[in-house]
Amino acid sequence: MRSLRPLFVAAILLLSGCGGIQPWVKPYERDRLADPIMAWDRDAISSAYLDHIRETREGARGATGGAGGGCGCN
Amino acid sequence: MASTYRVLSRLAAVTVILLVRARADVLPDDRADLFYSKYSGGGMDITGESALVRKKITEDFALEASYFVDNVSGASIDVLSQASQIKDERKQKTITAQFVHDKTTYSATYIDSVERDYKSNTTSFSLTQDMFGDLTTLNLGFARTRDGVGENDGTALVPVISWLGHAESRSYTLGVSQILTRNWITGATLEVITDDGYLANPYRSIRYLDPGSAKGYSLANQVYPDTRTSTSIEGRAKYYLPYRAAITGTYRYFTDTWGVIGNTYELDYTHPLGNIWIFEGRLRYYKQNHATFYSDLFPYADSQNFMARDQDLAASENTTIGAKVTYAFLPDGWKIFKRGTATLDVSRIAFHYLDFTDIKDYGVPDYQPGAEPLYHFNAMVYQLYLSMFF
Repeated sequence: MRSLRPLFVAAILLLSGCGGIQPWVKPYERDRLADPIMAWDRDAISSAYLDHIRETREGARGATGGAGGGCGCN
Repeated sequence: MASTYRVLSRLAAVTVILLVRARADVLPDDRADLFYSKYSGGGMDITGESALVRKKITEDFALEASYFVDNVSGASIDVLSQASQIKDERKQKTITAQFVHDKTTYSATYIDSVERDYKSNTTSFSLTQDMFGDLTTLNLGFARTRDGVGENDGTALVPVISWLGHAESRSYTLGVSQILTRNWITGATLEVITDDGYLANPYRSIRYLDPGSAKGYSLANQVYPDTRTSTSIEGRAKYYLPYRAAITGTYRYFTDTWGVIGNTYELDYTHPLGNIWIFEGRLRYYKQNHATFYSDLFPYADSQNFMARDQDLAASENTTIGAKVTYAFLPDGWKIFKRGTATLDVSRIAFHYLDFTDIKDYGVPDYQPGAEPLYHFNAMVYQLYLSMFF
């Protein structure tokens, strides 16, 4: 049991360190990130439409968000 | 033991502080959108109209519904090479429920898409979790799609639909978004999709050398594998420039069990003018190699167990250049509306095929089978939409 004590203390210290993680960008520093021009996708309906066009004409697909259904066969 | 107790106490205290500081996520504003789109290129004209409404029922629960109608006229090179022109319509209904609890947002979506010769429905679930002081957002998603695949053996006006089979796909998504600095945010998404069932496009055919034919070749049905698994990983970064503007870089790598490898690069620039206008520019480049069972011209009939001549599976590249302008109005609101935006988005896509030839416009005696010029076309995509927030 004594041999496990350093491991136990190290684990507690590690967990303590994780709990102490503080956000390095404070909430009051996020004004630029909150600007609409910094949104990943401001218009989901438009992005889904463009994704659908691409997915029906390219072999690749996925990892870009929802693309809707349909064939695009013709 | 006492020191261990102190450490545990500190850990508990920090946890409590973090929980107390935690700000619950909020759902986005209610909105209503009217959307018009037009695609023109490769012998096809597709117009689409859509309406979307999103409404918070309570502060932590929202519903969203949309209806989309595509009208297709003309036909792609494959159909023009083999059959008469087509006229078709696709209707898509989508409903989404979203629930937020503390730092977690749960979404469930159902999509139903109907064409005369193709039916598809998708059920999807996703979970978004903010963590580490809201610097990190984790996203998990699952979607299941069931398709019914048919072929119109009649004409555009008198359709005769033969239902050929079903296909089913499952999609698994893992995404993360990370704030790095007060100006810089990054993200990555991994998506694995598995398909099973009838995966071929019934309107496209293979061709093989046939000296007995006047054209020097004959056409036959494509034969696809019944399964496909694809993996895509996309990385993106967005940076707030020293003046008020943003630049976004995106890269996606795609690979699948059919041997297709695709690379996508995109660069976007966003530039507002005051709080009224937002201008955006977009450059996108995509390139892929061909599937292992693809050939523009097979040496003879039934020369392989799997055979495709679908242009989507050919080696190809395309380049998109696009521009978008958004105009914000009613900054002080009107009646129930808080504000509104009108957006125009125009893109030009140049498609170039590297081993798919144009057999519609070229053939014997000027060109022997396989020596026809490579196919290419330009497409224009227009989107116009009005968004009202309330």
